[in-house]
Amino acid sequence: MALFQRRKVELKTQLSSYATHHLRVFVSSLGRLYQFPGPSAMTVAVIAIALALPTGFYVALKNAQRLSGGWDGATKISLYLAPHVSEQQGLNLSNRLKPHRQIESLRYISQSEALNEFADRSGFGDALNALDNNPLPAVIVITPLIDKEDPQALDRFRHEMERLPEVDIVQLDMQWVKRLLGIMSMVQRGLLVIASLLGVAVILVIGNTIRLDIQNRAREIRVQKLIGATNTFVRRPFLYTGFWYGLFGGIAAWLLVSIGLAFLAGPTSRLAGLYQSNFSLSYLSFGGGLTLLLLSIALGYFGSWLAVGRHLKEIEPGQ
Amino acid sequence: MIRFDNVYKRYESGQEALSGIDLLLDKGDMCFLTGHSGAGKSTLLKLLTAIEEPTRGSLLVNDLNLGKMPKWRIPYLRRQIGVIFQDHQLLFDRTVFDNVALPLVIEGYRHNEIQRRVRAALDKVGLLKKEKLFPMTLSGGEQQRVGIARAVVNKPPILLADEPTGNLDPELSEDIMKLFGQFNEVGVTIMIATHDLDLVERLGHPVVSLKEGKIIRDDLRERRGATP
Ligand SMILES: Nc1ncnc2c1ncn2[C@@H]1O[C@H](COP(=O)(O)OP(=O)(O)OP(=O)(O)O)[C@@H](O)[C@H]1O
Ligand SMILES: [Mg+2]
Repeated sequence: MALFQRRKVELKTQLSSYATHHLRVFVSSLGRLYQFPGPSAMTVAVIAIALALPTGFYVALKNAQRLSGGWDGATKISLYLAPHVSEQQGLNLSNRLKPHRQIESLRYISQSEALNEFADRSGFGDALNALDNNPLPAVIVITPLIDKEDPQALDRFRHEMERLPEVDIVQLDMQWVKRLLGIMSMVQRGLLVIASLLGVAVILVIGNTIRLDIQNRAREIRVQKLIGATNTFVRRPFLYTGFWYGLFGGIAAWLLVSIGLAFLAGPTSRLAGLYQSNFSLSYLSFGGGLTLLLLSIALGYFGSWLAVGRHLKEIEPGQ
Repeated sequence: MIRFDNVYKRYESGQEALSGIDLLLDKGDMCFLTGHSGAGKSTLLKLLTAIEEPTRGSLLVNDLNLGKMPKWRIPYLRRQIGVIFQDHQLLFDRTVFDNVALPLVIEGYRHNEIQRRVRAALDKVGLLKKEKLFPMTLSGGEQQRVGIARAVVNKPPILLADEPTGNLDPELSEDIMKLFGQFNEVGVTIMIATHDLDLVERLGHPVVSLKEGKIIRDDLRERRGATP
């Protein structure tokens, strides 16, 4: 009777059936999530929140960096010229400085221009007219080129300017920008720490969910092992479940971040309007979103892999 | 095909379930394993499927020494052995078809091959019309036959059954035992643990009897002794 003549399954057949099997397990593990929508949704929500927090902070930080990038351009160095320097000498100096590689642009403000400007802005015009001579020095206002890689460059440039005989005082309005950049790089570090912790939380949440799933299906696992299933076979649906949790958690996190930013967009542009700025919030980029998804999937897969590694071995037939 | 050499099994509780078992089944042998409750029948079958490990002695299945076998080979051993349990061990959230298909899915058979073989196995046990039902909706005897179909669907060279007729009526029991007889006729090595001494006598297959973990009757050995 043909029923009991064992035949070797051919390799080619095996490969194509292997792919079909993977596909089936892939889809059926999704089906299982759908079967228990309540608990599945809860897990997805926890993952989404845990991922949305650092992602949202990250986007906020990027926005802040963009904003401060604008301030970099506003950094000015003022060279107050000595009183004995004549207007012609001042102009000569500014022409000499123009090609300097650390200077983006400069403007020479003569003593009289300085006085006019001050009179306009301060409203003390009449009082100033009462003075015998002009107390204000001539100024060269320099917009420096800022090399973010080399924060010391600006200091060196400043010393170089101080050594010029025509220059009395060099004023660098930079300190606060530096501080801000320093704070931001600290925030960035902090964000990395928080993101790592929340990443671990995601792994634990998925691990725990998968552990419960394994316990619920202990009988099925025993039966499968009893009739010759390898650990790889038993493990597969759980790994795919982790994948799905990661994927859905990532998508939900992306949505949360986008909704949160949309929520902030109105007030931000109104605030920017008050400062005559046309700054507007930038959202999570498409590439950033994909990175979030990939990361989330990786965490989901890893979490279930850990849970499966720990708990599947405990379930053996005969208990 | 199956060879026990001075095999002992002591459970962690200290209970000695088997002591000094010597037993030989050639390819195509079929025997009944009898004995009182607690005699060690289930333990003996569990050793064969590597659910339990022998404490002492050597145990060979299909020239594979189970004591020296690495753990990763256990699944491949189990694919050589179809096992039928008193409590069926069916999956209740899957249809009859999917239950019977499971060993083939595990071994990575192609979809149409799975269809063909599952239908053949279900036909053999007379359940072809019930492939779409769930096990819960079947009678005890039908569930048992699903279990048998699952055990034979990948054509294993060895079949083990632990009280396959435990809670079936005599008529159904005899049908199922005859089914085993048919598998045996095509060369499958079969061992059936049972309490049902009447049925054993009627069917006339060789008997191996256990008492307190020792073999007290071995028709297979006697038969070999009579015709060496
Ligand atoms: N997992 C276990 N741990 C400890 N002792 C066990 C275990 N399984 C069985 N035993 C003991 O081993 C002995 C043999 O048990 P076994 O189940 O093999 O008997 P059996 O012949 O199958 O009995 P029955 O006919 O009632 O099924 C019994 O004394 C039993 O209490
Ligand atoms: Mg028993």
